[in-house]
Amino acid sequence: MTATVGRQARAAACASDVWKVYGSGEAQVVALRGVSAEFERARFTAIMGPSGSGKSTLMHCLAGLDSVTRGTVSIGETTVTGLGDAGLTKLRRDKVGFIFQQFNLLPTLTAKENILLPMSIAGRKPDPAWYDTVIDTVGLRDRLDHRPAQLSGGQQQRVACARALVARPEVIFADEPTGNLDSRSGAEVLNFLRNSVREHGQTIVMVTHDPTAAAYADRVVFLADGQVVSELIEPTADTVLDTMKKLDAPVITEVGN
Amino acid sequence: MFRATLKSLLARKVRLILSGLAVVLGVMFVSGAFVLTDTLGRSFDAVFADAYADVDVNVAAKSKIAMDEAGGEQVSPAFPADVVGRVRAVPGVAEATGVVSADGARLIGGNGKVVTSFGPPQLGHNWTGESDLVKLREGRAPQADDEIVVNAALATAAKVKVGDRVGALTAFESERRDFTLVGVFGYSGGRDSVGGASEIAFTTPAAQRLMLGKPDTFNSVTVRAASGVTPEALRDDLTRALGPGYEVKTGEQLSADAAAGLKEMLSFFNKVLLGFAAVALLVGTFLILNTFSIIVAQRTRELALMRAIGASGRQIIGSVVLEALAVGLVASVLGLGAGIGVGALLAWAFGTFAGGLALAGLGVPPAAVVSAFAVGMLITLVAALLPALRAARIPPIAAMQDVATPDRPLTRITVSGAVVTAVGGALLAVGLTGNAGGSTLPVILGGVLFTFIGVALLTPLLSRPVVSLLGGLFAWSVPGRLGRLNSGRNPRRTAITAAALMVGIALVTGVTVILGSAKSSIAGTAETTIDAQLVISGAQTGPRPPVFDPAVVDRAAAVPGVSAAVGVYNDNAVVDGGRTMYVVALTDLAAMGQIYHTTAQAGTIATLRPDQVALSVSGAKELGKSVGDRLTAQFARGEGPHAYTVTAVLPDDRAIGSIMLPREAGAEFTSPQPFTALVQLTPGTAVSQVQPQLEALVANNPEVSVADRASFIEQQTSGFDTLLTMIQILLALAIVIAVLGIINTLALSVLERTRELGLLRAIGLRRAQTMRMITVEAVVISVFGALLGVVVGTGLGAAVVRALRDEGITDLVLPWSQIGIFLGLAALIGVVAAALPAVRAARINILGAIAHD
Repeated sequence: MTATVGRQARAAACASDVWKVYGSGEAQVVALRGVSAEFERARFTAIMGPSGSGKSTLMHCLAGLDSVTRGTVSIGETTVTGLGDAGLTKLRRDKVGFIFQQFNLLPTLTAKENILLPMSIAGRKPDPAWYDTVIDTVGLRDRLDHRPAQLSGGQQQRVACARALVARPEVIFADEPTGNLDSRSGAEVLNFLRNSVREHGQTIVMVTHDPTAAAYADRVVFLADGQVVSELIEPTADTVLDTMKKLDAPVITEVGN
Repeated sequence: MFRATLKSLLARKVRLILSGLAVVLGVMFVSGAFVLTDTLGRSFDAVFADAYADVDVNVAAKSKIAMDEAGGEQVSPAFPADVVGRVRAVPGVAEATGVVSADGARLIGGNGKVVTSFGPPQLGHNWTGESDLVKLREGRAPQADDEIVVNAALATAAKVKVGDRVGALTAFESERRDFTLVGVFGYSGGRDSVGGASEIAFTTPAAQRLMLGKPDTFNSVTVRAASGVTPEALRDDLTRALGPGYEVKTGEQLSADAAAGLKEMLSFFNKVLLGFAAVALLVGTFLILNTFSIIVAQRTRELALMRAIGASGRQIIGSVVLEALAVGLVASVLGLGAGIGVGALLAWAFGTFAGGLALAGLGVPPAAVVSAFAVGMLITLVAALLPALRAARIPPIAAMQDVATPDRPLTRITVSGAVVTAVGGALLAVGLTGNAGGSTLPVILGGVLFTFIGVALLTPLLSRPVVSLLGGLFAWSVPGRLGRLNSGRNPRRTAITAAALMVGIALVTGVTVILGSAKSSIAGTAETTIDAQLVISGAQTGPRPPVFDPAVVDRAAAVPGVSAAVGVYNDNAVVDGGRTMYVVALTDLAAMGQIYHTTAQAGTIATLRPDQVALSVSGAKELGKSVGDRLTAQFARGEGPHAYTVTAVLPDDRAIGSIMLPREAGAEFTSPQPFTALVQLTPGTAVSQVQPQLEALVANNPEVSVADRASFIEQQTSGFDTLLTMIQILLALAIVIAVLGIINTLALSVLERTRELGLLRAIGLRRAQTMRMITVEAVVISVFGALLGVVVGTGLGAAVVRALRDEGITDLVLPWSQIGIFLGLAALIGVVAAALPAVRAARINILGAIAHD
């Protein structure tokens, strides 16, 4: 079941026949069973599925955080599969941005320093105009000198979003970005992510189990039992919920971390 | 609760082992010291019990000078040979043998150099035949006065064999005399020496002349009792028969005395080891305190959960304390084991080095076991108490909240730090100014301890500005900047880790300042006051300095180009029948006055007549004498006391000693010859012109050389360098423990920041960069600690130097290059300490780390 839109070259991230097996023998767990999917440029794609469907595993493999057992993964022109630690580090630094559920900011750095951290690690200077755009979009201008402990959860997550955006990566992976937020802060963050796709052409891949969050995406890919089972273009919360209900039937083994 | 404690203990064994290691090392020193003392003590007992096995009773003349333990060896004065006859006439005596036995018989080895001793005596005897103890292994007994036999240990050390012509220096002949080696003897049990002593046996007339300086004399009589007479009864009979001038002892008493002398030295050694154990334990306390604080902080949520489900604060304290006791127990057991090993190793080294010491079985005295457990457990418990109290204050609600450890204000800790430092400073001031009465040393040590603890408490406050300043050096790269921020984020943790390093570095720096200042002051004084271009003296390798014939000084004074020469003898003497004092004798007081540019404060400076004495100002004050007063002095080898009239009082810094006697007095000293001579040249005479002529004068005395002033001063002060090196090596242990502390803190921090590290790796920090970040953190902490140590150590050292101003230590020398080395070393220590935690951080599994809670 291959994604419908676009040719290979236009995909920002691509998985083809990806298998991921944990453990061996009796304890063997197959998290991904031959997943193939493309994530187009300048689109906001959500990956959904019940617990244990392999959605987080797929994202980790795509982002070069985890290795695949079989198959290939690529980001832009780069084939991720087979890269060593140095190559993966470079890939993450130059082509990938992350937004985590637990914000994951460095407590010793101010908001501004956190936002600029990936660029300073890579030794690059941010484009000042773009930096200003990002700061204004996330609405953090008056909070730049605060440390994470002095910010609310929503503000922290917006800092994390700005950190991912400011380096203009090929693709941003967001893992349950609203999982730790109340609905209002969650909506702010999701609006902000959607705008960065619509207005600035950013590519975003988001893993979520929340149909409301998935409704912000341009497209939803559904996983169940380690396989792509369905997809929706221009979803709404209701259509997502319906699809999910259908998927909930099979008994799934708990997988992942 | 107990089970929960045990489980959490097992889950954290690695970091507990690291902090326990400090206790292990401390306990090792404590128990090692006891094991060594016990084992060597029993070995000495065995050696000397054996050495006097065939002596029932021993007769010696009473020593003229009672020596305290530090004052040098006892001299048994010579007595006329007819005393042997008087002894033999006493009923109950089966056999009486006149014996000559004195220290100072030095053999010249096959390579032309004098065989030196590092402590054991170099005895010269008269050969009294074989016995149960002594057996000839080769050759025969000496029959002519130029024949000798030596013990096997000496023959081996000197690389000489029977039939060789060998040279020897003796107590009364400091110039080489040649002998034929006719035999080599050993001892029962196949031993080559007794207690490491080297022995040369001469014929009786030769021994009397060379070792006692008088013909027809002995200095002891060994007696065998007739059958049926107990040694004790015979001792009492002999004491009555010989009168009060003689000391009669049984063989058993002799061996106890001989062993006691060595044990005295051993107990000093014991104290040194215990001192270093104390330092190790002090540093270890910081380390354990830190580890438990971090563990409690990391377990906040877990401990809060326990509170939430009903555990009382007391139970929480109990749990932490129990953990500490378990660590203390394990560390004590390991430390005791290691201590027994170290004790055995040192005893073995001592036995081998001293030669001929058959080691008694390894002994583990109860004191070693008791002190090991008491010290190990107590230290751990004390160190864990504060963290335990903190743990009990964790509110149950913390289980529900995100783990946030707000920065507690540093006011309280800073105030208490200031108070403790002030107490330490006050104690030091009292101790150093000599106002502490009899307890000067404890007061000073207490002052140092309080100062250390006080500064450690102040460290968190200091750490903010200093760490950010130090870290600034690394801020040019992103990993460096992150590392710097990390090292500043928990001031208490950084502070305690740095404080542990501070202790070691401060002690080393303090000792360096004190010894450096002492050395410089002594050299400076010598340079400004002594106007002598050449010095005749020997390099002292053993307990006795090499000496030379006083005639050498007279001949040196007669060499063309020499304007003055003075030879110096030294010893202790009983002054005015009362106290024992350090005295010197000079070949010529006038020459000394010329060399020191002395102007008499009272009286006149002239060559002393045999019944005249000169005093320094402080000597005159101490004795309460002035010019024209009389005093008496009894010397080690003198028959009776001599009377002297004070002819001059000289300024302290322009005199060689406080009591300066004529050369005739020197002939009755323990060492009846001068050990040094200062030679002044006439203006315009080149040193190189005179030096060879003086060297020719001592050509037959291989222990003695002629040095110019600079090398003489260097020679005199070289002892300080040796001492400094030894102390530095021992204190290095404290620094090693501190390194363990840095490793521990970093390892725990890495664990604590797993998620952060995962994030950094996820957004593109390379492994090498991760490692650099951790390394910068370690280097900042260790350099901070070293900086503190250098400052505190310099302060302590300067205070001591200031207090010793009256003792002649007037220069304050700050060892800048050493300080630079310490700081450089600290940076290196940081890099080394960071290695393991850094590798661990770099290897972190990114996925696992991000999800890490």
